[in-house]
Amino acid sequence: MQFGVFSVSDITRDPVSGETPSEAERIDAIVQIAEKAEEVGLDVFAIGEHHNPPFFSSAPTTLLAHIAAKTKKLIVSTATTLITTNDPVRIAEEYAMLQHLAKGRMDLMLGRGNTAPVYPWFGADIRQSLPMALENYNLLHRLWREDVVDWEGKFRTPLQGFTSTPRPLDDVPPFVWHGSIRTPEIAEQAAYYGDGFFANNIFWPKEHYMRLIKFYRQRYAHYGHGTEKQAIVGLGGQAYIAKRSQDAINEFRPYFNEAPVYGHGPKMEDFMEMTPLSVGSPQEVIDKTLTFREHFGDYQRQMFLMDHAGLPLKTVLNQLDLLGEEVVPVLRKEIESRQDPETAKPPTHALRVKEKYGDQPARQPRPNANRGDNVTGGSPYQDSE
Amino acid sequence: MTEQFTLVVVSAGTSDPSSTRLLADRAAQRVATLAAEKQYEVDVQVVELRELAGEIANALVSNHIGAKLQKAIKALQHADGIVASTPVYKAGASGLFTSFFQILDNDLLIAKPVVLAATAGTARHALVVDDQMRGLFAYLRTVVVPTSLFASTEDWQDNALNKRIDRAALELVALMAAGFEKQVRSESWGRYQHEFGSAGGTELSIDLDSDLMRLAAGGHA
Repeated sequence: MQFGVFSVSDITRDPVSGETPSEAERIDAIVQIAEKAEEVGLDVFAIGEHHNPPFFSSAPTTLLAHIAAKTKKLIVSTATTLITTNDPVRIAEEYAMLQHLAKGRMDLMLGRGNTAPVYPWFGADIRQSLPMALENYNLLHRLWREDVVDWEGKFRTPLQGFTSTPRPLDDVPPFVWHGSIRTPEIAEQAAYYGDGFFANNIFWPKEHYMRLIKFYRQRYAHYGHGTEKQAIVGLGGQAYIAKRSQDAINEFRPYFNEAPVYGHGPKMEDFMEMTPLSVGSPQEVIDKTLTFREHFGDYQRQMFLMDHAGLPLKTVLNQLDLLGEEVVPVLRKEIESRQDPETAKPPTHALRVKEKYGDQPARQPRPNANRGDNVTGGSPYQDSE
Repeated sequence: MTEQFTLVVVSAGTSDPSSTRLLADRAAQRVATLAAEKQYEVDVQVVELRELAGEIANALVSNHIGAKLQKAIKALQHADGIVASTPVYKAGASGLFTSFFQILDNDLLIAKPVVLAATAGTARHALVVDDQMRGLFAYLRTVVVPTSLFASTEDWQDNALNKRIDRAALELVALMAAGFEKQVRSESWGRYQHEFGSAGGTELSIDLDSDLMRLAAGGHA
């Protein structure tokens, strides 16, 4: 099982100090957070994508490439990449490039984005968000698997003889998670392609997510990718940890109370009772996280939201120490001993290369000399006609 | 064998007891009596919105449905009839009242018969029920009985109010007895718009044979 942190990239006023970090400070901080995640033994760092203040992460592959260069083992990912307002051709290119630079230590999670005004900035319409997401992914899926693509759809210019470059590393496409809260069509698409399904698991009671994950597992099996237990599931979560439970509650409360989305709303205690938020000692966070697999089945990736709501960098780094040193090692051990042996291994590039090639060498596409186009003839690569 | 109806009273009155609750109770009482004459038994449950005020505000701003609110939603989901009663503030239904109904899933109350009631300090608010509240309940696809209840200070000493309560109560009993809601839901549920997990978390059917589902499975829309 993989453990990691995901960030929304919000730049929020610290309600305790009253300070709002600058964009420059917050971008520096996120790199330190990612490096810290690796240092304390976490497996994954993921960043969101937003195109409006108060968020900074408009160009996730740039950030992730930088982080990949500064780390050795960490998998970099997104939470989420917008499959609606981004051209799927650009996603194919940018993330394949990231995959090469990160030597395969990456994957991505797709989401639709729910901020209506963002859509027209990119020539799109939120009312078409769902069919656009589905069609765009159908195209993205082909761009990473076919050297030359002819394509026509409703939401972008047709493609004639298009090759998305670079081809994926080892000709193994990046692993894709589809994030959704209540849209069965997204779960269906994840299942159809045998991709991962991610439930953010933060804002709502678990029942919301349980229904959709169950549907995804059934459909994953229906499409013949494996059994329901072998479907690839990721979950979000949210924690604030202190050695003493009461300290955690006292320290986190001002941030909870003013947090974007749920701040100024429910009492923290009620929110903890009804959602996956844990605020408490390492043992309390461990106990709560261990209940997730009982509700959702064994899963492959657990992400924690740790750096939002204006928490200062120093606190976040300290949180990561506690998460990496006192929580995750216990979770790894406990889950390993409880996990159904049928459970699929978490997706990594190495595993996917092995699945595709066994012990054979991976394909390394070498382009033919430039002839100005690749519309005529078979393939622009030397190893195929 | 007597058939049993569940009647849910929703009151946005703020004092205890409030005239808003009083009006709703009188309507509920008459519904029970008139139903009993026709061999129906009525179980009355009351949702006092003042007790849910905090959770209603939370739900509006954060989508987070608290435990008490969840219980109220469940009661409405199983209601055969509803009496919804609010005080009038600033020439409109109480914000607490409209907020509560705005939180509900769009399909929670489809085809349920409803008596609407309002109280006010002056008769000049008399059209609030028919001009404002009916629109909200039309949006929720409920069946509001023809007679609206409205009581301003002077109405409480006028027997005409009792007559109107009797009219509204009988209209509600007639709609419940006709089985209108059950028929609409059993024969036509799929024709209304639903979201996965709507209708208070009970709407879980998934149509795999839709254009979007075909698109999800690699096809064309």
